[in-house]
Amino acid sequence: MSDPREYKTEAIVIRKTKLGEADSILTFFTPHLGKIQGFARSLRKPKSKMAGHLEMLTHSTVAFSRGRNLDTITGAQTVNAFVPLKNDLWLTSCGLYIAELVNQFTAEHQENYSLFQLTIETLQRLCQENNKELTLRYFELHLLDSAGYRPQLRECVACHKALEPVVNAFSAAAGGMLCPACSPLSQSFSYPLSVNAQKVLRLLQGEDYTNASRVKIDEELARELESVLSGYLKHLLEREVKSAAWLETLREQLHLKNI
Amino acid sequence: MKFEPTPATDAIGKLVQEFAKLPGIGPKSAQRITFYLLRSNEEQAKALAEALLSLKQRINLCSICCNVTESDPCPLCQNPQREVSQVCIVEQPQDIIALEHTGVYKGLYHVLHGAISPTEGVGASDIRIKEMLARLQNNTVKEVILATNTNMEGEQTAMYLSRVITPLGIKVTRLARGLPFGTELEYADDVTLTRALEGRSEF
Repeated sequence: MSDPREYKTEAIVIRKTKLGEADSILTFFTPHLGKIQGFARSLRKPKSKMAGHLEMLTHSTVAFSRGRNLDTITGAQTVNAFVPLKNDLWLTSCGLYIAELVNQFTAEHQENYSLFQLTIETLQRLCQENNKELTLRYFELHLLDSAGYRPQLRECVACHKALEPVVNAFSAAAGGMLCPACSPLSQSFSYPLSVNAQKVLRLLQGEDYTNASRVKIDEELARELESVLSGYLKHLLEREVKSAAWLETLREQLHLKNI
Repeated sequence: MKFEPTPATDAIGKLVQEFAKLPGIGPKSAQRITFYLLRSNEEQAKALAEALLSLKQRINLCSICCNVTESDPCPLCQNPQREVSQVCIVEQPQDIIALEHTGVYKGLYHVLHGAISPTEGVGASDIRIKEMLARLQNNTVKEVILATNTNMEGEQTAMYLSRVITPLGIKVTRLARGLPFGTELEYADDVTLTRALEGRSEF
């Protein structure tokens, strides 16, 4: 069966690049087609009918018409614009961080329904809930799961013994925890993690969001969790996550944070 | 017939290559312009060459508002008729041209030369925010008008600037965001409609 010339799908806009005078190329993450790209003609003109429906981090129904290289976007209608997210500097930055990670960890045309669901839910949670810090960490851990990089947090990746409740080390190169006996033997750099940090990570990885989000964490623990996960993400991507640097700037300069 | 790229060694080939680097000009257009210039008289070629050179040699950034200018400070900053207590912040010099065209605004400008875009790695220190904050130190500015684009980058920049400027005790305003003139309501998106409703005014 040949592909239809026109098709329609739900999608989240995760990247936007300018092309020529007023056109754009958009990257979408969709529930059943995975990551796809589309060409939007005259999107940057003030009279563009689709511009508002195709802004970054917008969940829309998008219609495409097949083209030789890129499919052309012929229509768009917002499903959820995540308005509270877009009215807040910190939340927008968190949203862009999520979009960048999704873009980096997915390949084109690879269906990943659970990740789509997770992304939508995470943006929704950023709009509503108070526990933004945990929302981001929960997203990162489950993104790793669905991308096939689930970190091993319950046993030592070298000797496969269950971990004791002591300070164990996380090794990004090994993709999991190392017990105190194995970590000095490891060639690669490892990051010592407090007992509480290990507990929270296991909880976030194993439980669904409603249960996991009940845990209370303080500022110090939040920074610990953030740095271990961002170190792992950076190691896997082999590059910096650009929007993470921006979140850091906002935190330092304006003392914005996840409250 | 197959298109053979002209070798870059001769004068024609070199010019074709240079034109092809310009935005919106492909190899065929570049060839057409080159051969047009070849046929035209020498004065025209000279005028074009001189205009190009003086563009790079004479145009600098204004030390006050960072707009592109031949004189420093730029004519806008020098003009005694302009209201010095208002500064309108825009992303690029072209935005000033658009705003000046309306003839409504009488204050001064500041050009950022970009917008904050975390996913592209453009942070606050990569655009001309420092220059703007330095300008706000001497207490002449009473109002800052944020006229960045209404896309995500522009909005982020505006939100960031308002966070940085508000503590200085300066009034921060944002251009109204709502429905553009000459469009149909049915195609408007949620964000635009929400803001249009919030910002509605008595008629």
